[in-house]
Amino acid sequence: MSKRLTDQVATVFLWLAGGFILALLVWFLQYTVGQGWSQITWGFLTTPPKELDAGGGIGPELFNTFYILVLSLALSLPVGMGAGIYLAEYAKKSWLTDMIRLSTESLASVPSVVFGLFGSIIFVTTFKLGFTILGGAATLALLNLPVLVRVTEEAVKAVPFSYREAAYALGATKWQTLYRVVLPSALPGLITGINLVAGRALGESAILIFTAGLSVSQKMFDFDLLAPGETLAVHLWYIRAEGLVSDADAIANGSAAVLILVVLVFNLLVGIPSRILHKRFAGKAS
Amino acid sequence: MLLLWVETDRGANMELATQADCTKKSTLYAGRNSSAGFYDRVTRYLFLACAVLMTVLIVSIVLFVGKQGIKTFQAVSFAEFFTSTQWQPDAGKFGALTFIFGTFALTGLTILLGGPLALAGAVFMAKVAPGWLREILKPAIELFVGIPSVVYGLVGMTVVIPKIGEYLTPPGYGLLAAAIVLSIMILPTVLSVSEDALRSLPSTLEEASYALGATRWQTIWRVLIPAAMPGILTAIILGMARAIGETMAVLMVIGNSPQFPKSLTVPTSVLTTEIILEMGHTPFGSAWNNALFLMALVLLLVTLSLILIVRFVGKRRGFAQ
Repeated sequence: MSKRLTDQVATVFLWLAGGFILALLVWFLQYTVGQGWSQITWGFLTTPPKELDAGGGIGPELFNTFYILVLSLALSLPVGMGAGIYLAEYAKKSWLTDMIRLSTESLASVPSVVFGLFGSIIFVTTFKLGFTILGGAATLALLNLPVLVRVTEEAVKAVPFSYREAAYALGATKWQTLYRVVLPSALPGLITGINLVAGRALGESAILIFTAGLSVSQKMFDFDLLAPGETLAVHLWYIRAEGLVSDADAIANGSAAVLILVVLVFNLLVGIPSRILHKRFAGKAS
Repeated sequence: MLLLWVETDRGANMELATQADCTKKSTLYAGRNSSAGFYDRVTRYLFLACAVLMTVLIVSIVLFVGKQGIKTFQAVSFAEFFTSTQWQPDAGKFGALTFIFGTFALTGLTILLGGPLALAGAVFMAKVAPGWLREILKPAIELFVGIPSVVYGLVGMTVVIPKIGEYLTPPGYGLLAAAIVLSIMILPTVLSVSEDALRSLPSTLEEASYALGATRWQTIWRVLIPAAMPGILTAIILGMARAIGETMAVLMVIGNSPQFPKSLTVPTSVLTTEIILEMGHTPFGSAWNNALFLMALVLLLVTLSLILIVRFVGKRRGFAQ
């Protein structure tokens, strides 16, 4: 085979690979949403699930999903961003910095089921709280942390050094420079990063089974932090694996479609403003 | 303390500058001149505390899980746990070889299935795809990350399992189904990290190759891929870490039976799925429960060593920045 022919064959093959990946995603989204679309009604989204009869909804699960997500972000954002800022702005080459970096990378690789076990030792066994929304959210925060550290560090480092020099030249202190100049400029990158974290936390289930549990409050909008709180992703698995209701498959398909739609909306809603912000700041910078 | 002090050097200099400039009141001062140095120090230590917390967390995870896991050896010998396939908790037999083997077999199979596709995708995005297509592909691949693992599992159950059952052996649960689902789940990780590695190569490499009369494929295959190899290896190891730790998607398609997998299409179990499946039935502190914690410790140590390998490979980066 001549080298030109090989080149052409390879090019076709690479295009096929790219096309396949894109087609796979489109099929995946279309299939999951298509399977569950007919299930999604207002009643399905707002009523509690049923133990034995068909026709249960996913209301409390949907609420818990967002409640736990928000709580876990509230717990992990300050710490994760703080650590990211430290690594980007303050850390010099030293054993301490090396240790922190290695720890963050290690934390990022911990399997979620191990986080789940750790959380259950702390909250369920040691503090004897049982399965709680608080325990679930705190354990989920561990999953968010390393990603937040990384995206914060990258976003802060991406701010041109001349910005800092300008602020210092005006007599600003390090903290003032950071708070008034660097962080606002890093905002678009931060939002994209937080979006990534939220998307992952939203669908997480292995962590929550042994920390937030498998049961839900039968009333909507139960803000009790010490109540068990099954999320939608956990519910999907549970109803498909061990559910007793006759319409378990339909509920699982409906839950999957809702999850996918939420992830899509997240990507659009949070992705677009960050792109606009980025344009604004990029425009200003140049 | 001394090290911290050295680190504060730049901050201290800034402080001097601000004190010297005290008379020029800029809006940035926000009326807290005298306390500016204090703020600087407090925030610095706060940020440092956040960063050190990462170390505290990972160490306490290893300690807590490890402490519980090591207790297994009061009931089971080291050799039995790692070399026996007899998993009969009711009879006091805790041989975890099936699950450890299953985890490694599944990871290998996943890389075998998903690696080439991800790598081809990375080459396509880095060197072949026109700009507009790249703009579509990039968010699309990010979207793959956002899909919850239970949804991957559900699609595996409703699409992959019946197909394997139809063409190979019914019902279809087993390592093959899990590897197919996982190979899609590791795709974004492997693809984006390898793509970055390919993109960060200096363009001189490519230009030199073309100047010698090489075709694009020859350039990719003989120059770019070898030059980006450390980055590609990193990508594959990170993909392995993801495959080893994945729980829910695998749980839904592997069949969950503690038997040694004699073929790719018989129901079996891996470390993660066995832990999540049995944790709820076992009282904390029992030998059974401890054995599950020991399995978690094995998982943890395997993924941590992968991270160390990544560090080692990453340090040898030849051309990539």
